Amino acid sequence: MSTEVKTKPSLPPRGTVVLEAHGIVKRYGHVTALAGTDLELRAGEVLAIVGDNGAGKSTLIKVLCGAVVPDAGKVLLDGKPVHFRSPLDARRLGIETVYQDLAVAPALDIATNLFLGREVRRSGPLGSWFRLLDKGRMRREAQWEMDELKFHLPSIDSAVEKLSGGQRQGVAVARAAIFARRLVIMDEPTAALGVRESGQVLNLIRTIRDRGLPVILISHDMPHVFEVADRIQIMRLGRRAALTTPQRHTMPEVVAIMTGAARGDEPVPDSNQAGG
Amino acid sequence: MSLISAAKPNRTAGGFGRVVTTPTFGPLVVLIAFCAVFSVTTRTFWAAGNLSLVVQQSVIVGTLAIGQTMIILTAGIDLANGGIAVLGTIIAGRLVAQEQNPALSLLFALVLCTCFGLTAGLLVSRLMLPPFIVTLGLLGIITAITRLVAQGGAFPVTDDLLSWTGNAFAVGDTSITYGMIIMFCLYLLVWYLLTQTAWGRHVYAIGNNREAARLVGIPVQTRLLSVYTFAGLLYGIAAWLALGRIPNADPNALQNGNLDSITAVVIGGTSLFGGRGSLWGTLIGTLIVAVLRNGLTLTGIDPLWQDLVTGILVISAVALDQMSRRRQR
Repeated sequence: MSTEVKTKPSLPPRGTVVLEAHGIVKRYGHVTALAGTDLELRAGEVLAIVGDNGAGKSTLIKVLCGAVVPDAGKVLLDGKPVHFRSPLDARRLGIETVYQDLAVAPALDIATNLFLGREVRRSGPLGSWFRLLDKGRMRREAQWEMDELKFHLPSIDSAVEKLSGGQRQGVAVARAAIFARRLVIMDEPTAALGVRESGQVLNLIRTIRDRGLPVILISHDMPHVFEVADRIQIMRLGRRAALTTPQRHTMPEVVAIMTGAARGDEPVPDSNQAGG
Repeated sequence: MSLISAAKPNRTAGGFGRVVTTPTFGPLVVLIAFCAVFSVTTRTFWAAGNLSLVVQQSVIVGTLAIGQTMIILTAGIDLANGGIAVLGTIIAGRLVAQEQNPALSLLFALVLCTCFGLTAGLLVSRLMLPPFIVTLGLLGIITAITRLVAQGGAFPVTDDLLSWTGNAFAVGDTSITYGMIIMFCLYLLVWYLLTQTAWGRHVYAIGNNREAARLVGIPVQTRLLSVYTFAGLLYGIAAWLALGRIPNADPNALQNGNLDSITAVVIGGTSLFGGRGSLWGTLIGTLIVAVLRNGLTLTGIDPLWQDLVTGILVISAVALDQMSRRRQR
């Protein structure tokens, strides 16, 4: 299970559709969490998903990362239909997810956390028979990736518990960015963080996008969404109420569509206009 | 870039700072201090023969403590390890007393101990029961089985294979038993597994943050099962070492094996909350207790004081662990 992190498959050109979902339905007993929603993620963009509590954004994300199997509808990755039975299926196809609670092992160092569950062993019999870890290579690659992401940390050897909350979440985001080959899903990555720390994570999201990996960002925080999103999908009552851009609608307008005070309009804006 | 300025205090710590923050540093200082005190206060402590005896006295608890360390690192605890080892000695002792093949008897005892580890592992990983309760229950069951098999008696062991671990060879004035070598080899092996393989990193990660371990794709249940099963095998080996140390399979032996091994782990600086600690700390912790008992005996102090001092050490070790955790927050 040697993991080559430096060579990634060439990413599709900007604007091509990477991930699509059509008519996704998910019911829990009498409760309809998703009533036939759509989603479209294009290469090189940050797509924010916003919505009031119960609008279905968490369920939609769980469908996309494999944690929930939908009752109806289809998901396409690079135009090919996919059926995720577990998060592992999605991960194998190059979809990484960052969770809002900081999913790191605090007493372990940064390099160890980055490669946790995907450790790299030495080549030859030392690795295959004696299962010896290639710590040097993991450290070097961790450092290289952190530099590449322009995320500055005290030392790749320091324990994660010595870091600030923002840096910790940065480690979780970096892990996803390193191993994701198609896209990264982030579920409220700044919910547990302060203002300055959130800024670090938002910078990281922009860097990931600029390197070519598209990002789906779920957030309650409108200013954060307007800061990094190229397009915004507004969820309401288990459906996509509107798809817009930070340039097209203001924050109060988006909130109005979220709460049903204003009508959302469906036309999909051209992503070139989204800039970035 | 405020992130870089935040890095400076860490960098200035340098080499010595790193040594001091190593979790085994504290216990090592305590061990050296005790050795120094007893070397000065008694004439008999710092002698090759006596030091060899101290290590011989610690092989059983030292081996039980290897399994205990692995389990505590996963944020578990094992109250049954002494019981499993005693059952191992009784099974092997009784089978050989009934004229069975000694090698097969020993193998059977090892397999049985491993199976009890496996049972604990299945209950902890599949049924998600708390390790404290699982091993407490198993301790009762195993103690009862031991008494039933022993039928009130003990089995003197005369077989060469069963008592082989007690055989010694001399290096200068020091006598070294095969049991000591087996224990050190087990420490080396498990140190390698814990620090140089992905399996070890997973053990630490599970103890640190089980949910995070699951989310990054570590097979948490499989890893827990492997830890408890491997620990069971180590307890079986501890049974063999026990037969070499005292060639008599006694159902009443090792009554405090579980608590003594937890004491060694805790004094060695491993956190009872899991995810932090080192195996060498455990070896040092085992030796600290052995040195303390031996040294206090040599100074002629009432044996009651041994337990008192050990108790103080345990509480100090846990208090230090808690304080350092609070400071980090």
